Amino acid sequence: MAFHLLENAPPADVGFVASGRTLEECFAAAADATLEIMLANPQALQLRERRAIHVESDAVDLALLKLLEDVIYYKDAEGLFLRVTDVNVTHDTGRWIVDAKAEGEPIDPTRHHLSGDVKAVTLHQLRVLQTEDGWQATVVLDI
Amino acid sequence: MAEPKPDRSALRQQATQVAEALWEIPSSAKPGMRVPARIYATPELFAQMDDGVFDQVTNVAMLPGIVNYAFCMPDGHWGYGFPIGGLAAMDPEHGVISPGGIGFDINCGMRLVRTNLTYDDVRDHVHDLVDALYKRVPAGVGARGFLKLSDDEFRAVATRGARWCVEHGYGWPQDLERTEEGGTMRGADPDRVSSRALERGRQQVGTLGSGNHYLEIQVVHTKDVFDRQAADAMGINIPNQVVVMFHCGSRGFGHQIASDYIQTFLPLMAKKFGITLPDRDLACAPFKSAEGQAYFAAMQCAINMSFANRQMILHRIREVFTDVLRRDAHDLGLEMVYDVCHNTAKLEEHEVHGRRRRLLVHRKGATRAFAPGMPDIPAAFRDIGQPVIIGGSMETGSYLLRGVPSGKQSFFTTAHGSGRSMSRTQAKKQFHGKQLERDLAQRGIYIRSVSYAGLAEEAGAAYKDIDAVVAATAKAGLSQPVVRLTPIGNVKG
Repeated sequence: MAFHLLENAPPADVGFVASGRTLEECFAAAADATLEIMLANPQALQLRERRAIHVESDAVDLALLKLLEDVIYYKDAEGLFLRVTDVNVTHDTGRWIVDAKAEGEPIDPTRHHLSGDVKAVTLHQLRVLQTEDGWQATVVLDI
Repeated sequence: MAEPKPDRSALRQQATQVAEALWEIPSSAKPGMRVPARIYATPELFAQMDDGVFDQVTNVAMLPGIVNYAFCMPDGHWGYGFPIGGLAAMDPEHGVISPGGIGFDINCGMRLVRTNLTYDDVRDHVHDLVDALYKRVPAGVGARGFLKLSDDEFRAVATRGARWCVEHGYGWPQDLERTEEGGTMRGADPDRVSSRALERGRQQVGTLGSGNHYLEIQVVHTKDVFDRQAADAMGINIPNQVVVMFHCGSRGFGHQIASDYIQTFLPLMAKKFGITLPDRDLACAPFKSAEGQAYFAAMQCAINMSFANRQMILHRIREVFTDVLRRDAHDLGLEMVYDVCHNTAKLEEHEVHGRRRRLLVHRKGATRAFAPGMPDIPAAFRDIGQPVIIGGSMETGSYLLRGVPSGKQSFFTTAHGSGRSMSRTQAKKQFHGKQLERDLAQRGIYIRSVSYAGLAEEAGAAYKDIDAVVAATAKAGLSQPVVRLTPIGNVKG
C-alpha cells in the first residue's frame, strides 16, 4: 500500500500519509486510503460502475481535497464505493486540473466489510509536497 | 517519514487555575489573541487534555468579534479549527461566522425518550428490541432511510425540520415542544445549499450514521437518581425505568454544506475581508457579509435536516417497541424527554457586562444549557432548567443534566459527551470489536454493530471518564446531574 495511517491525527478523526513516484500515483493512493478507511475488504470491490472525475483548484492540496470529496459525494449521493484510477494532473497558468476515472459498485453490506463513514476532508494538516522520492500527501478525514 | 508533532506545551504552562474547575490562558499568550481563553476542567481532566486543545482554543481567541473568552468544555479534545468542546460567542454586527466552530456534522445532537417500562419489563426482550432497531434504523456507511423524497420534498424537510415529519404523520405534536427550537430553525433557505449537498442528504433522513453515533436502550437505576424533582419533571419517575437515547446529526447534507462554505470563505478571507488566521480550518466570513448570511441560512437547513433525522428515528423506535412488545406507543409512554443540539451557531440574547446583547453563539461539541426561568425552554422545565443530554461511551453510561443560573459564565453552555482520550487509529490497534462485543454481553449489554472495526474505535477505554466530566461541569457551575443512565442494548453505526 502506498499510504499509512497517521498516529497523531485528532482523536475523533483519521489521518493518513499517501505517497507516489508521481503526483498522479500520490493522488490515487490518497483516494485508495479514503476508500479503505470506509471499506475494510477493498479486494471485494467489483468494478461495475464508472464515473469521470474532473476537479480544479489554484492550490495542489485543495485539488486533492476536491478529488477526495468526489469519492465521498458518490458514496452518499449514489451509494457507490469507487476506486480512483487513471489520474491525470496538469498544472496550467496557476490552475491544478485533475481528471480521473473512478470505478466501483453499489455499497453492499452483505459483501463489503463496512468500516468508518467518512464525513468530510478537513484542512487540518492537509499538504501535498514534492519529496526526493516523488510526492507525498497528508490528509485528515472527519469520521 | 517523521510526522509533524508541533510543540504546543508552552501554552499549557501559561494556563492558571482561576477556580476549582476553570483555567485561563491570558490574551498575551499568543500574538493575535483578542480575548483570553478559558478551559473548564478539574486538575485531573486538565492534565489529560492533549496539547492541541491549548493551541486551538487560543487560535479561536483570535476570531474577529469574539466576546469575553474562547472556551473549551471539560470533555474537550483536539479537533480541527476549534477544539471539540469549543465555544465562542461573536458580536453579530462586527464578528464572524466560522463553519469550523460548528463542525462538519451540523446539529449533531442527542435525543432522549422515556418509557413506562421497567428493566424487569424488558429484560427478556432486549435482544428482540435491539435486533429490530438494527433492522429498522439504517446505520453505517451508505445507509439510506425508508423515506423516498423528491427534491422538493427534501427542500421542505430542510425548511421545516422535525415539523415536516410530524405534519406527515411521523411523530406526535408534543415531540416538537420537547425539541430545541421546536424542531425548526426559521431562517433556513435551501436556495443557499448546493445541489451536491441536497443530493448527498436526500436519501439519508432516518439514518443513524457511523463513527460515534449510536442508539441505546438504557436503564435509570434507582440509585442513580440525583435530583428527584427534576427527574420527575422530565418524566423519569419509575424505579429502574427504561429509556432510549440516540446520537446522530445531519449526515452527508450537513457535511457537504460545511465543506462548500469553508471553500467559499477560504479565498475571500484575506483578499475581501482582511482576515488572517493561523489555521485554515478557522475559515470564516463576517456574519453580516453576503457570504456569511448565505452560510447561516444553509447551516440552518442542516440543523432542520438533523432534527428531521432524529424525528424519523424516533418514529421507527415507536414502531419497533410497539411491534416487539405488542403494546401501543402511547400506552408504553414513549414520550420525548428532550432533543439537544451540540454542533450549531445560533443567535441568542445574553448578558455581557450588565448589558443584554444579541450574540452568535458557536458551539462545537458543546450543549446549550439554559437556566430555570429562561424563556426558550418548554414550560414543563421552566422551573428546573433545560434538560441536557450527555452521551458517554457504549460501555460506561450517559447522563441527563439540567441547566443552572451560574451557567451565565459560559453563555449557558456545558459539555456534550465524555470526550475521546485515544485516537481511532490507536483504539483499533488496542481493542478488537468481536472481543468487545463478547465482553459487553457478559456485562449485560447486548450490542449490534455494522462494523467490528468501528466498534473497536468506540471502546469505553478510548474515552475520558464520563463521571469525571459530569462532575467537572457541576463543580464549574455549568450544569447539574439529574440521573445517570446505564446501557443494556446498543445499535452502533
